[in-house]
Amino acid sequence: MKVVVDMNKCQDHGQCVFAAPDVFSMDDAGRLLYVADPDDALRDDVEEAADVCPLQAIRIED
Amino acid sequence: MTGRILVAGASMAGLRAAEQLRAAGWTGALTLVGDEPHMPYNRPPLSKEVLAGQAPFDSLAFRPRASVHDAQWLLGRTAVAARLAERTVVLDDGSVLAYDGLVVATGMRPRRLTCPGPRAGRHTVRTLDDARGLREALTRPGARVVVVGAGFIGCEVAATAVGLGAGEVTVVDPLPLPMIGPLGELLGRALLRRHEERGVRFALGTGVAGFTGEDRVTGVELSDGRVLRADVVVESVGSVANTEWLDGNGLDLTDGVRTDELLRAGGRPEVVAVGDVARFPNARYDGVPRRVEHWSIPGDTAKHAARALVAHLHGTRDEPAPFAPLPTFWSDQHDFRLQSFGAPALGRDDVRVLDGDPDGDVLVGYHTGDRLVGVVALGGQAAVMGAARYRNQLLKQPALTA
Ligand SMILES: Cc1cc2nc3c(=O)[nH]c(=O)nc-3n(C[C@H](O)[C@H](O)[C@H](O)COP(=O)(O)OP(=O)(O)OC[C@H]3O[C@@H](n4cnc5c(N)ncnc54)[C@H](O)[C@@H]3O)c2cc1C
Ligand code: SF4
Repeated sequence: MKVVVDMNKCQDHGQCVFAAPDVFSMDDAGRLLYVADPDDALRDDVEEAADVCPLQAIRIED
Repeated sequence: MTGRILVAGASMAGLRAAEQLRAAGWTGALTLVGDEPHMPYNRPPLSKEVLAGQAPFDSLAFRPRASVHDAQWLLGRTAVAARLAERTVVLDDGSVLAYDGLVVATGMRPRRLTCPGPRAGRHTVRTLDDARGLREALTRPGARVVVVGAGFIGCEVAATAVGLGAGEVTVVDPLPLPMIGPLGELLGRALLRRHEERGVRFALGTGVAGFTGEDRVTGVELSDGRVLRADVVVESVGSVANTEWLDGNGLDLTDGVRTDELLRAGGRPEVVAVGDVARFPNARYDGVPRRVEHWSIPGDTAKHAARALVAHLHGTRDEPAPFAPLPTFWSDQHDFRLQSFGAPALGRDDVRVLDGDPDGDVLVGYHTGDRLVGVVALGGQAAVMGAARYRNQLLKQPALTA
């Protein structure tokens, strides 16, 4: 699957990290890092991450 | 699976419920009824980025999952009555909708002040249309703004108004400190200082007695006798649950729809409530039913309620475990953020600084009987990340009642 985070929207809330820690993480400065092409087995987690992002910055593009 | 699930209220909780019903295996019909003319949109930016003009109004729309693309949306239509015994809901145009399952997601509306004075010039912030109107008023040069209510939304609006260059911004509240109800004294004081340093004035410990002006507001009369001149008034004095349409069905509707631990209302397995309007017991705490007006709750309640409802409609027994969400809340004001995990209000009498100090970035712990029940960070990104480190600890704790 393909994940896109709109970094203009993202405000580093980190909610996505709790929902899908294998895909989203924070660097030491608290900035978001993510895997753009995670395994399809992680789809549920990534959908959850997209749901809980307060800025609705995460898009799943199949 | 045939049959229809009707979702009343087409905002965040309604959308999440529809999506979670599909995720839980519901393949029957889905109908959503919403009295706003808009598809579901995100409310928090209405007092922050969008009110400030940093993000456009059309950035607020949620992107519904593909699984609900066949749902029927009846927008601009209001549910005016329900006959739960007959499993029907009546809309404002007289049509009667029959359902097999009903999801109550009608949320809250702002409470209004009833003291005397003109109505024009007085705003609330709940809907997109509210925020459009308020933004227009706040961007008039030199606008003098009085915000009534020093809770989260009131303080966010005050911060945004200062940022927009309003002539004067004053927050009025009968309580002695802003946000003291949910956060307690220590952070209340820290927040007061931060707001004052950034140009917000406060009139605390006094209520509002009335409004001056003929056709529109020119000032706010305080109960201590002072009058604050005002071109724009924002009323952020709490909210009222939209449950009138459910009257007459024997439900407990005191402050929202009272539910059981599976979010079912009135002992009816085919009726669930989600989002702000649901007054549910949280198995993580004391089991007392409470409404929680946090952005995280529509998603959490939707997931749980959908599973319970679909299990019932499919006649299976795989009901979920009792609902025990970890409340999560944030608020952005000026250049700082508040991030909360857990239930700080339950531990307001035993507040400890866990890291930093109230003059800068600070992380505060709330305790009951020596046990941590909530953490709140105030400041920049480092403080927020500090709070996140306690989230696991809060998640792992056994129930308060245990
Ligand atoms: C300005 C603002 C800022 C916020 N900021 C934050 C924040 O920073 N952090 C945070 O955690 N939370 C925040 N929140 C809270 C969060 O947005 C809410 O908890 C969330 O929107 C609740 O969603 P809901 O769908 O349950 O209710 P609502 O969004 O109220 O949706 C209910 C919908 O049902 C409709 N409706 C009502 N009655 C009927 C009827 N009879 N028939 C048909 N439709 C009906 C309503 O018009 C509405 O569209 C904020 C809220 C507001 C208003
Ligand atoms: S939850 Fe959203 S805003 Fe927060 S870090 Fe993830 S993408 Fe960014």
